[in-house]
Formats: sequence, C-alpha cells, structure tokens
Amino acid sequence: MTELLSALSMGLGQGAIYTLLALGFVIIYKSMGVISFAQPALMMSGAILVSYLSPKLGFWAAVILGGLLIAVVALIVERLAIRPMVGKAVFVIAIITIGVDIVVRVVAGAFVGTDPRVVGDPWGIERWTIGGVHIEHRHAAAFIAAAVMVALVAAFFRFTPIGLAMRAAALDQEAAMAQGVSVGVVFAVSWAMAGFLAAIAGVFAAAGNPLDQNLWIIGLAALPVIILGGLDSLLGAVVGGLTIGVVEALVRNYHTDIFPGIATNTGPLAPYVVMLLVLLVRPYGLFGTKEVERV
Amino acid sequence: MSHTRVKGRPELYTAYAQDMAFLNTRPKQVGVLLIVIFAALLPMMVADDLLKVLGTGLVLAIGAIGLNLLTGFAGQVSLGHAFFVAVGAYTASWMAGDPDGRTMGLGITFAPAWILGAGVMAAIAGAIVAPLAVRLRGLYLAVVTLGLVIIGGFIFTEWASLSGGAQQGREAPVPVILGADLTVSGAYTKEQKLFWFFLVVLVIFAMLARNIGRSKIGRAFSAVRDRDIAAGVMGVELTKYKLIAFVLSSFYAGVCGSLLFVANGYFGPERFSGGFGLLLSVQFIAMILIGGVATVSGSIMGALLIALLPRISSELPSFLPFITTAANKHPNVFEVETAMYGVLIIAFLLFEPRGLFGIWHRIRVYWKSFPFSY
Repeated sequence: MTELLSALSMGLGQGAIYTLLALGFVIIYKSMGVISFAQPALMMSGAILVSYLSPKLGFWAAVILGGLLIAVVALIVERLAIRPMVGKAVFVIAIITIGVDIVVRVVAGAFVGTDPRVVGDPWGIERWTIGGVHIEHRHAAAFIAAAVMVALVAAFFRFTPIGLAMRAAALDQEAAMAQGVSVGVVFAVSWAMAGFLAAIAGVFAAAGNPLDQNLWIIGLAALPVIILGGLDSLLGAVVGGLTIGVVEALVRNYHTDIFPGIATNTGPLAPYVVMLLVLLVRPYGLFGTKEVERV
Repeated sequence: MSHTRVKGRPELYTAYAQDMAFLNTRPKQVGVLLIVIFAALLPMMVADDLLKVLGTGLVLAIGAIGLNLLTGFAGQVSLGHAFFVAVGAYTASWMAGDPDGRTMGLGITFAPAWILGAGVMAAIAGAIVAPLAVRLRGLYLAVVTLGLVIIGGFIFTEWASLSGGAQQGREAPVPVILGADLTVSGAYTKEQKLFWFFLVVLVIFAMLARNIGRSKIGRAFSAVRDRDIAAGVMGVELTKYKLIAFVLSSFYAGVCGSLLFVANGYFGPERFSGGFGLLLSVQFIAMILIGGVATVSGSIMGALLIALLPRISSELPSFLPFITTAANKHPNVFEVETAMYGVLIIAFLLFEPRGLFGIWHRIRVYWKSFPFSY
C-alpha cells in the first residue's frame, strides 16, 4: 500500500509536468487549430536556459526570467514561421512546427555541453517519508506549481479582456475579427503563454537530474496527454496530464511484476498505449469537441 | 483506342486516354528516357563513396513515394513511416538471415523474395493499424502514428533474437540474384552493382505508383484528400480507400526498409527507436515536402536531396570555417545537418510549397511560353 501511494505521488508530480506542457498545446490549438510540435524543444531550451541563469540570479528569478525569455523565443517563432502561413492547411503549419522543433532543439542542444548541468533547483531528490510513503519534494513542488499555473491561466481567460478576446477567437475567428478582436494579438499571446508554460514544465522535468537531450522525449509524452484529454479542452489537459502521469508511474513501479520477461522498463510506453486504447473508443479524446463538418 | 495525333500539334489531345497516358507528352517520354539512361550510366562516372550515398537516396525514394501515396495523394498525415520501414527491414533480414546465426533467420537469399516478403509484412502491419487510423482525422492521426514509432522502437529493441538487441544490431540482408552476390566486388564494384540494383527496383515501384496515381484508386485518393466528406457523399468508400492508402504506403515503406541497410550490411534497433525513429519519419515528411507533394518525380528528387544532406554538410567546413567537424565543439557538421532538415522544411513550406517539383514546373512553364512571361 505504501508502495502504491509513493508511486501515486510520483505520478502526480510527473503528471503535473505533463499538465503544464499540455496546457500550452491546448492554448495554441484553441487559438489557431494547430498542434505545435515545437513545444518539446521549447521545454528543453527552457530548462537549459534556466541552468545558465540560476547560478547568477538564484533559482526563482531564473525560472521567471527563463520562462519570459522562452516566451519571447516563441513569439519570434510565431511571427517569422507561423504567421505567414495562417489560412493554409493546418497540417502544413503543424509540419512547420516540426521544422521549428528540430532547429530549436539543435541550437539549444549545443549549449548542453559535456559537463553535467543542473537547473539549480532547491529540492534535489530529497523526500518526506510519512508512514512509509515517500513523497519527493520536487514532485510536490511541480504539483503546486501546476495548480498555480492552471488557476492563473483559468483566471486569465475568465477575467482579462485579452482572455475574453482569445475565447471569442477560439469560438469563431471571423466573428471575433468582426467584433474588433485582433486575431494577430491572440496568436502572439497564445504562443507566448505556451512558451512560458513549456519553460516552467522543463525546469520541473529537469529538477533533481542533470540535463540531457532526453528531456525532449519527456516533452513528447505530452502529445498523448492532449490526445487523451481532447485537443481543445483545458480541463482535458489537466485530467489527461494527471492520468497519464499516474499510469506511467504505476507501470514504471510495478513493471517487474507485470512484465517479468522484459528487461527495459515499460513506463515510458504507457502514455502511448493509453492514448491508443482511449482513441479506439473515443476518437476525439475524453473532453474534446466532436468536429461537425459541413461539405 | 482511336486517338489520332494531329501533325504539328503534339499537345492536341483527341481522347481522354491520351491525356491520362503514362507519360502524356513527347518531351516527358524523351526526358524520362534520358534521365533513366543517365542514371544507369552514373556508376561509371561517379566515385564509389558518392555512389553509395546516391544509392541510399534511391532506396529512400521508394519509401518517400510510399509516404506520398498516403500523405500527398490521399491526404492522411503519417509520422509513423519509420515504423513500417523498420518492419520491412527486420522482415527482410529475418528471411535472408543465416538460420544458424546469432539472430533469427530463414536463409532465403533470393533477393526478390525477401523484398516482396518485407513489403507484404509491412503491408499487413499497415492493415492492422489502419482500422484505428481511418477513424481519426488530421492531427489526431499524426500524433497516433507518432506513438506507433515509439512503441515499435521499444518492441524492436527488446526483441533481441530478431534485432540483435540494443548496441549490437544484426546483419542486413545480402542481395543475391541468380547466384550472384551483389555485395562482393568483381568486375564491377559493390557500390556500382548495388546502385544498378536499387535503380531497377526504384523504376519498377515508381512506375507502379504513377499508374496507381492515374487509376480509379488514385482519383479516389485525391477526392478523399480534397474533402473527405464530399468524397463520401459522392460514393467514394472512405474506409476502403483510406485502408488501401495505408496498406500501399506501408508496402512501399517495407520495400524501402528491406534495402535501406544493404549497403552498410549492419544495423541496430537504435535507428528506429526514440529520437532517431522520429527523425527518420520526419526525414520522409521532409522528402515529400521538399520534393513535391503528390508527385512521384518530386518524391525522388526530395529523397536524393535528403540523402545528400550529410554529404553536403560535411563539405561545409571548407567554405564556412566556423563550422567544425569535431563532435564536441559547436556548431559542428552533425548539428548543421540536423538543423538543415528543419530549415529546409520551413523554407520550402513558406516559399515554395510545391517543392522542387514546383520550381521545375515554373521553369517549364516559363520556357513553354517564352518569350511571353504570362
């Protein structure tokens, strides 16, 4: 039982990271109808940037500044590579984001270097032990950070004028433009938010470990999360993120019991298998809006 | 077939069959013939190391044509092409492998047998995945096929008796035709023989794809791509044709996979798992976007360009001295090579969405209407 609860806490921490990333995906998808495959690369570059900033500024200032800088990177990417393509087929834009992902990943990867780099987080791999249940500090911190960010994003959409404009543009872009909403600003803000969220997720994903290129693979696992939750649902991003995180942690923990014959841990596969199983039943994910198409 | 050619008016078609002919104009017929002759003579003119790169390009072109059938003609975006290539590669090496070796093998060395076997096995894999895929549309499909690469890479890495396991790998199939082993240099070198072999296979599959494109199936693909619901309303069976597109594309991927490592003779599961597997998938996407969507000739051009990229970037340091060849310094040629895939994808989509084929098309139209530029 304590083992199960420990795995759960780990899963919730990991799931919180997925939630942060998935929020970025969903915000971009809602504003332009496109999946940005560049998110994993932005996440990795966020963590790398923070690892450079935190020795000079301290961890917390570095996280905020790093997040903002990655938001600026996302803004530039949106303006240069994505904006000219607005109105073209969504698949074409999605492929462009794959190109962006490759370029950003290579540039960021060049800064990883050969010495192990850390983001300088205060948690390390310390943990509380309550009645035999291990809870790692970094997982608790990731969970709290995700909760705060989700609340902030929700409040942003609910209470600010630009948030309202973004909701209007997501509902019907042309109608929103007719009402005076600047769709360009909506695109820019959504990309900046996604970049910021990705950088924060990257910091928590890298907490406690030296940085390496595999961070990008973790970012990739946010794709099954948004498919599971539904591409256009913020609630789906939260539920999907936590679900995938917990399932992955459980499979990772009980791997030797379930698949005694397989040497490599099957945990990293779990998100994709869950995604396939759910899509068999619900092609638009758990909370996604079913597309109604007219000819 | 009563199509009469009017003297002096070579492009006046009097029958639909003329318009839809395999190569519908005289310049195309002559041009293709010249290109094939040029390609056949190439091994005599080019050094062996470059020939090996170009040969790989020819093999990749088969896979790119397959992806173009699915993504270009039928409009179904797949990021899972690397998975089907892997299925083909392992089926071929299993069929051709040594029965008493470290890894599984059947000992069927006759090349056409294991090429077709690889294609069929990949097609079966495609048919298994297709029922899930035909339910999904657009970006959902792209992400699911991406998941396929991750799961497939894991399976191949774990299945050590088939793949040789991580960091070890297994031998690729050895092409033997009529008792002659093409990987042994004789009167002609290994690279020359393999190039001719790949060229023959590519020509066969390119002709097949071109014929599919102008058949009933090809028209149905275009209808599905342009508006699948409208196509359904007109009586195109969506499920059936999406399934056909998947199976055909996987078949081509399997054939590509069976030949991809023949020149190297050895390959490990790392090529298909994690980041490298996804990179392979993205490379195929890049090939058809850079070459030209929904064209066979574009697929071949794109594949050759992508295959030449490592070579091009390794030449760069002599022109741009700030790029190093040392892997531990930045920016090095490996990073430049990888980044170029991304830059090329972005640049072509932004500035020339029809790819190399579009550039060629523009040149052709310019000279056709010369000196009137409109």
